[in-house]
Amino acid sequence: MQKQLTHRTNKKIKSVNQIINYILLIILAFIFAFPFLWMIATALKVPSEVYTLPPKLIPSTITWDNFIQGWQYADFTRYTWNTVVVTTLAVIGTVFSASFVAYGFARFRSRFSGFLFAIVLGTMMLPNQVLLIPTYILFAKIGWLDTLAPLIVPSFFGGGAFNIFLLRQFFRTIPRELDQAAYIDGANSFQIFYKIMLPAVRPALITVGVLSVAFHWNDFLNPLIYLNSDQNFTLALGLQFFQNSYGSSQVQMLMAVSLITVIPLLVLFFIGQKYFVQGITMSGLKG
Amino acid sequence: MKKNLSNAKKRESRQFFIYTSPWILGFLIFTLYPVVYSVILVFTNADMTGSGSFIGFENIKMAFTQDPLFYKSMVNTLYFVAVSVPLSLLLSVFIAILLNKKNIKGMWIFRTAFYVPFITAGVAVTLLWGWIFNSHYGLINYALSFLGIDGINWLSDEKWAMPAIIIMMSWSIGNTIIITLAGLQDVPEQLYESAEMDGANSFVKFTRITIPMLTPTLFFNFVIGIINGFQIFTQPYVLTEGGPNHATYTIMMHIYNNAFKYGNMGYASTMAWILFTIIMILTLIINKTSKHWVYYDN
Repeated sequence: MQKQLTHRTNKKIKSVNQIINYILLIILAFIFAFPFLWMIATALKVPSEVYTLPPKLIPSTITWDNFIQGWQYADFTRYTWNTVVVTTLAVIGTVFSASFVAYGFARFRSRFSGFLFAIVLGTMMLPNQVLLIPTYILFAKIGWLDTLAPLIVPSFFGGGAFNIFLLRQFFRTIPRELDQAAYIDGANSFQIFYKIMLPAVRPALITVGVLSVAFHWNDFLNPLIYLNSDQNFTLALGLQFFQNSYGSSQVQMLMAVSLITVIPLLVLFFIGQKYFVQGITMSGLKG
Repeated sequence: MKKNLSNAKKRESRQFFIYTSPWILGFLIFTLYPVVYSVILVFTNADMTGSGSFIGFENIKMAFTQDPLFYKSMVNTLYFVAVSVPLSLLLSVFIAILLNKKNIKGMWIFRTAFYVPFITAGVAVTLLWGWIFNSHYGLINYALSFLGIDGINWLSDEKWAMPAIIIMMSWSIGNTIIITLAGLQDVPEQLYESAEMDGANSFVKFTRITIPMLTPTLFFNFVIGIINGFQIFTQPYVLTEGGPNHATYTIMMHIYNNAFKYGNMGYASTMAWILFTIIMILTLIINKTSKHWVYYDN
C-alpha cells in the first residue's frame, strides 16, 4: 500500500516536471523566435506605424512597399547575384575537395600520411586573422582584388581542415569490405569514391554543405576586405552600405531587405535539417 | 613476392598523394606561405602592397608601449570573451537539458527556434538587433519599461554597448545547444538506472552523473567558444562601429583598421600574432586543467 502510494506520487511528480519542462521550452523558444517575428512585423508596416509607443506587434495595415522600395534603394539584385555565385561555387569547391581529400586520408597509407594528417589537425588551431593579411597581399599581387575570386578559389583546395577531418571520420565508419568487393569487380579507386563512399556519407556531406552555405552567405569580413566597387558587393556588404546611407531613418525597409536575405537560409535549413542535425551531432562528438 | 608487395605499397602511396594533393597544394599556398610571410611582416613596416623595410622589434614595442587602442581593444575583447563564453555555455546546457527528454512533442519547432538564429547570424540579424536595441522604440526597452527601467541607451552608452553585443551573441548559440544535446544523449542510461536503485534523487543524478559525463562536451564547446570569441568582428563593426568612444572596439577591429584602413600590414600582423599567442596560452591552460575536471572514459 505504502509502496503504491509513493509510486503514484512519483508518477505525479514526473508529469508535473514534464509540464514545467514544456512550459520553459515554449517560453525560451518564443524568446528565440521573437526577434524574427518582430523583423517580419516591422517589414510589413507602413512608415507611420513603425516608430510608435507602445510598439505595435501586429501591423494594422499590411504593406509590401518596403520590400519593393528597399530593394530599389541599392542594386540588391546585383548583390544577390554575386552572393549566389560566391556561395554556389565556394560550396561546390568545399564539398568536393574536402570529400576527395578526406577519402585519401581515410583509405590510403603512405609513409607521410600520419604526419600530414597531424598537420591537418594543427591547421584547425591556427586562427584566421594570422593568415588574413598575407593572403590579402598574395591576392593583391596576382591582381584579384575587387573580384569574387578570393572568396571562391581557396575553397577548392581542401575545403577547410575541419571538413576534411569530419568527412574522414565518416569515411572510416564504412566497412572496407565494400571497397574490396568493388575492386574485385574491376572498379578503380575513383569509381569507389564516387559510387560507394560519397552516397554512404550523405548526412555528413549535407552538414558540410549547409554549414558552408551559411558561412559564405553570411560572410562579412572577407567581402569587406576584398571588394571595393558597388557592382561586386555581396548582400552582407550591400546591407551594411544600405544601413549606413538610409537605414536609421527607414528601418521598415532595412528589415524588409534583411528579411529577404535570410529567407534562403531558412529554406535551406528546413530542407536539410534532418540529415544535418545528425551530421552536427556526430561532428560534435568526434571533436 | 616481396617486390610485388612494395609495388603495391608504392601504388597506394601514389594514390594517397593524388587524393590529398588539393589539400597539400592549398596548405602550401594558403597556409604555410602566409604563415611564414606573416612572421616576416612582424619585423617590417610593410604597406598594403607588402613592400617595406626591416624595423626589428619596433612593432612589438609599439603594441605594448605606444598604442593605447591596442590595450583598449584587448581589454574589450577579454571582457566580451569572459562574459559571453560562460553565459552562452550555461544557456546552452540549460536548453539542451530541457530538450533532452524522451519523445518531446514538436521537437522540430524547438530545433528551428534555437538553431535558426545561429544559421542566419550575419549582417541582416545584426541590423535586426540594432532595431531591437533602439533606445526609443526598441523592444528591449519597451519590455524593460514594465519593470520600471527606463530608456537605456544600449548602443550609445559606453556602459551598455558591450552588454548589448553579449546579449545578441548569446542568442545565436544553436550549434552549441545541438552539440551539448548530443553529449547528453550519449550518457549511458544504465548509469541513471543503477543510481536510482541506490536511491539517488534527481539532484544527485544531475551533479554526479550528468555533469561529469558532459565535461568532454563542455570542454570542446569552451575551447571553440574562446577561439571564436576572440575573433569577434562583424557584430560590433555593423552595430556600433566599435563605439561609443571605443567601448566595443575589439582587437579584430583594430587589426582590420590598421591593415586595411591605415595600410600598416606589419603592425597589424604583429597584433594578429599577439592575439594568436594569447589564444594559444589560454587553450593550453584550459587543456592542462582539463585533467582535473574533464572526465574521460578510457
